[in-house]
Amino acid sequence: MATIEFLLNGTPTQCHVPPDTSILTLLRDHLGMTGTKEGCASGDCGACTVAIKGNNDPHFASINGCITPAHQLHGQHLLTVEGLAANGELHPAQRAMVECHGSQCGFCTPGIVMSLFTLHTQQQTHPAPLTPERLEAALGGNLCRCTGYRPIRDAALSMQEVPWNAPQWIDACQPTQTLLSAPQSNTNDIDLFAQPSTLSELTELRRRYPSARLVAGGTDLWLESTQRLAVLNQLIDVTRVEELGRIEESPFNEQPGWWVGAGVTYSQLEPLFAANYPAFAHLLHRLGSQQVRNRGTLGGNIANASPIGDTPPVLLALNAWVELANQDGTRTLPLSDFFLDYKKTALAADEVVSQIFIPRMAEDATLKVWKLSKRREDDISAVLGAFHYRLVDGVLSDVRIAFGGMAGVPKRALKAEAALTGQPVTRESFQAAQRSLADEFQPMSDVRGSQHYRQQAAANLFERLYLSLSAPTQEVMLHAYAH
Amino acid sequence: MRTLTKLDGDSSRARRELHDHIQGSSPLARHTVDSQGQRQAGTSSFHESAEKHVTGKAAYIDDIKTPQDALHVALALSPVAHGLLTKLELESVKQAPGVVDVITFHDVPGHTDIGPVFPGDPIFVEQEISYAGQCLFAVAATSLQAARQAVKLATLHIDEQPASLDPVAAAERHDVVRPTHTQQRGDWQTALKQADQIIEGDLFVGGQEHFYLEGQACIVVPTEDEGVMVYTSNQHPSETQKLVAEVLGIPFHAVTVEVRRMGGGFGGKETQASPWACIAALIARRTGKATRLRLPRSEDMRATGKRHPFHNRYQLGIDSQGVIQGGDITVIGDCGYSPDLSDAIVDRAMFHADNAYSLGDARVTGHRAKTHTASNTAFRGFGGPQGMMVIEAAMDDIARRVGEDPLTIRKRNFYREGRDVTHYGQQVDQKKLLHTLVESLETSSDYWTRRQQIRDFNTASPVIKKGLALTPVKFGISFTAQHLNQAGALLHVYTDGSIMINHGGTEMGQGLHTKICQVVARELGLDLESVRISATRTDKVPNTSPTAASSGADLNGMAARDAASKLRERLFEFAAEHFDGGLDREGMRLEGGMLIAGMGESERRIPWGELVQTAYLNRISLSEKGFYATPLIHYNRATGQGRPFYYYAFGAAVAEVSVDTLSGEYLVDRVDILHDVGNSLNPAIDIGQVEGGFIQGMGWLTSEELKWNAKGVLVSDGPATYKIPTYGDLPRVFNVDLLEGHPNSMASLYRSKAVGEPPFMLGICVWSALRDALACLTDYRTSPHLDTPATPERVMLAAHAIRKKAL
Repeated sequence: MATIEFLLNGTPTQCHVPPDTSILTLLRDHLGMTGTKEGCASGDCGACTVAIKGNNDPHFASINGCITPAHQLHGQHLLTVEGLAANGELHPAQRAMVECHGSQCGFCTPGIVMSLFTLHTQQQTHPAPLTPERLEAALGGNLCRCTGYRPIRDAALSMQEVPWNAPQWIDACQPTQTLLSAPQSNTNDIDLFAQPSTLSELTELRRRYPSARLVAGGTDLWLESTQRLAVLNQLIDVTRVEELGRIEESPFNEQPGWWVGAGVTYSQLEPLFAANYPAFAHLLHRLGSQQVRNRGTLGGNIANASPIGDTPPVLLALNAWVELANQDGTRTLPLSDFFLDYKKTALAADEVVSQIFIPRMAEDATLKVWKLSKRREDDISAVLGAFHYRLVDGVLSDVRIAFGGMAGVPKRALKAEAALTGQPVTRESFQAAQRSLADEFQPMSDVRGSQHYRQQAAANLFERLYLSLSAPTQEVMLHAYAH
Repeated sequence: MRTLTKLDGDSSRARRELHDHIQGSSPLARHTVDSQGQRQAGTSSFHESAEKHVTGKAAYIDDIKTPQDALHVALALSPVAHGLLTKLELESVKQAPGVVDVITFHDVPGHTDIGPVFPGDPIFVEQEISYAGQCLFAVAATSLQAARQAVKLATLHIDEQPASLDPVAAAERHDVVRPTHTQQRGDWQTALKQADQIIEGDLFVGGQEHFYLEGQACIVVPTEDEGVMVYTSNQHPSETQKLVAEVLGIPFHAVTVEVRRMGGGFGGKETQASPWACIAALIARRTGKATRLRLPRSEDMRATGKRHPFHNRYQLGIDSQGVIQGGDITVIGDCGYSPDLSDAIVDRAMFHADNAYSLGDARVTGHRAKTHTASNTAFRGFGGPQGMMVIEAAMDDIARRVGEDPLTIRKRNFYREGRDVTHYGQQVDQKKLLHTLVESLETSSDYWTRRQQIRDFNTASPVIKKGLALTPVKFGISFTAQHLNQAGALLHVYTDGSIMINHGGTEMGQGLHTKICQVVARELGLDLESVRISATRTDKVPNTSPTAASSGADLNGMAARDAASKLRERLFEFAAEHFDGGLDREGMRLEGGMLIAGMGESERRIPWGELVQTAYLNRISLSEKGFYATPLIHYNRATGQGRPFYYYAFGAAVAEVSVDTLSGEYLVDRVDILHDVGNSLNPAIDIGQVEGGFIQGMGWLTSEELKWNAKGVLVSDGPATYKIPTYGDLPRVFNVDLLEGHPNSMASLYRSKAVGEPPFMLGICVWSALRDALACLTDYRTSPHLDTPATPERVMLAAHAIRKKAL
């Protein structure tokens, strides 16, 4: 079994643990550090929030310790709640939480302190107004059942003017620069945690270990371990693959656009989306939590093939392509051809998702992304509708509409598209599009919504679109859900 | 004492305000931060564990270290809601790596029924399975992982039977966990006959998962005699002591239960923490090893009971002004499979079916329906919130019927002179306070101006509709089980002058220990640092009541005060006799760490440390116990009449919401709260309870949706599917004030009032505001049906139903 080497609150640390050990388990059960708490072991409550930083990262980033593989700490710096007051003086986030009465039962508090810590670090190096949206982004992944959050908001606002007298070890050098490699033997029953650094190494490992699982952020995979008690003893970590971390602007089939590496995290996508697809960027704010966005990847969201993943419907509406790689090379196919059936994809056993091509939108094109969920933040879609269109001389063209949560796969609404394409914005054409939904989508009833609700909600999104086009000065949706 | 942080994009202004706030230049400062170092009752001392919370040093159960050979327990939970367990094949479980012990129903030496008040809760299934999530057997292994993996190897033979999941049908066929109870005052039938109009309605009020962040957990260590030491996250250590002893078949004194703190309780650890302690204790005694048991989140959610869902109906007679003349209210609580605390919970729903309004000549009936779900249990408000919902729904409905603003109708129906006796016969004391409080909030929240603005906005906005509602709270304070209204405390003064106070209450985040330390510090004229609480332990203060019913500070604070004042009197007696030539007993006092006797020139000051040392050397006891029992309260179950509550706590809240009537999405734009805590024991802690209670109440009525599948298996069994409020659900504008200048009219602890539960029900205004927004779709002529939780789905479908009807 490989040895993990990393910095723990400035101290070089070595551990031997099984591949499916989470950071939380490593801390609590192996290192006896119990400041970091387990609230749900599913990445939904944030009690286990810790911060990590690689050598090339500008900041410490908050992550959920419960669903992040301990082996991914290799060569990284891990900061936990125990480290913040190491020199005996409380960190400004801790001090503010005390003074604002920000803790009651205190169980969520270490996680909240760590989220505040990462916010504080960003504010110290890149000060920016703490808008409600930024605070939501920073704190939306930390559940508190006692306070109602007001004192935590006060703590966030009051801490930022107080600098942190950081201990010297905060900038300590990593003990190792090497990656965890696979053993030479080709047996399939050994414990494995391999960290390939190139795409060819990755596809080679994929071929050698067909039963191994790929792990990027672990934000979904790890639930198999914590919730369903699956043994994940063979893992290939894609987060260190250089090619998978790139974002490059380069045309495909003469179409301008961006090639996004499958390992690019949601947080890393933010600037690209904010500049080019504002509605998509807004969706990112409502995708998981900061902790999840710091780890979860675009490739993971696609390869996972969940019918309720947030990005696939949007990518379908943008006409995105997906590149698959194996030892022999790559192939590229439209994303709509990638999703075959519930949790079934076109990915062959020896293939990995390597890149996603996202076309640049035409100047006069519009993208709307509407996610409906029980809770606005950190919730999974009941229905997600993505609408792409151009409106030229009052006529709709390039209409592409896709839904999540309405079928076994993320799916284009081809009949609705046809009903609108080439049509002026009239109530009749939109009603025709609404009527076509019943032919194409038979959603199911589940914990997130009934079939009736899903059908009606999807239909109402067409009404919303119609109103926003026909009466653009009217407010047809709430600002916090806008785009 | 406003805690306002308006945050409308201008965070720098908010920051400045807050900075002033903390620095102490604003008049609000004293309520948020104690800048004077004056840390006594009535001041905003920080939570006693605050620094430990923020540094991760505060230890919860699973943080406690145990010996290397400690065992970890995993439980097998029934996958079906109803059936017969015909056979358990456990051989492969026993053979699994790391497994040390496997226990079933047949391995229990003592009692097998661990029902807390009434029987009905088997520790393990013997034969009949009553809910999905019921415990079948337990596995102890050398690691938690090994124990959990081993559980999966069992072969279960279950003869599955249809599950009863409809509480209304169950009540109709008298399938109940306890008999139906009725309260009646006056002739409700005549009142209905003579009324100008009759108005009726029904409402489903959903349940609620506690979602304490720290799940159920305990560690049991065998002691050298036949007993056990139990560390548990638990609101009722004495009951756990009793049940553990009974299950093991040993005397109570062989079991000691300790609770340092809980990572949240909210009622979910009042009775439902005991089963795990009993199971761990069995294993600890069988193996002789320390035994750890904590429930993973999804198992916690499936195995433990929740807030009772209720089906409520009302039929009320009103006069032309919309004032209730009388009527009939029925509440049906979905109790789950066993009684647990459901009798008292449905009672409390009945006690609060009037909320702040006189029902006139009325009958209130409460059914305790039995279903094949986990046994529903205590949860902040204890049935009160579900009862209040029926009358708050009625208030909105009456307003639409008579064409008046709902606030006008509410005020008209308030208890007042001449209409001041409840349907259970208690006279409402301080009834004027509610009028004062609501009028004050009406003004401070600018209710009527905003009402007009909202009407104007809605006229011009076809999709987005705004709603506004003010709802009051009147909540009865006392356990309705009379004997629980008692408390004890144990006070030790050590020879360095430091003080240890123990009491029967438990700390779950509500700041009880902080308040108790403040009480002792105040009684003995010391600073707060001199007073410490170690933990709640059954060997320090025995036979305690649960920390529940908002009573923690009321009862235990009085007991602590009793102990401190008795000790103080003893020291006064001693000092008066002992110190040179004798001190003036009259006017003797403890202040600022000094005993002070006499006035002016004859004043003598003796430092606390010297006083204590001298008393010790003179063989004066420096230890004292205290006791308190609430006076005056009584309730006659046979007649359904009495005075069950020592006093009432009041409050009111206004919510403004914006609703997208196409998607059902909504935002809570602004909330104003004014709440009555009498003379506050600690304004910062009390505001924390008010705000936290409000948000939790709002979550109950909006996003927190429990869902079971058709076979009765809970499918919302984790935070991915069960959505409690998160940071973004905090209203952008949130003004919270405590009502000042209105001490408790009863002789409570320093004339304070209980604060744990009452603010929870302030959240009802959000639901009412959502209904108000939807009502505008019918030009406020009817009130839309809106069951709870009012998820975006329910709101959208309600709007859709109204629009469809209009076509």
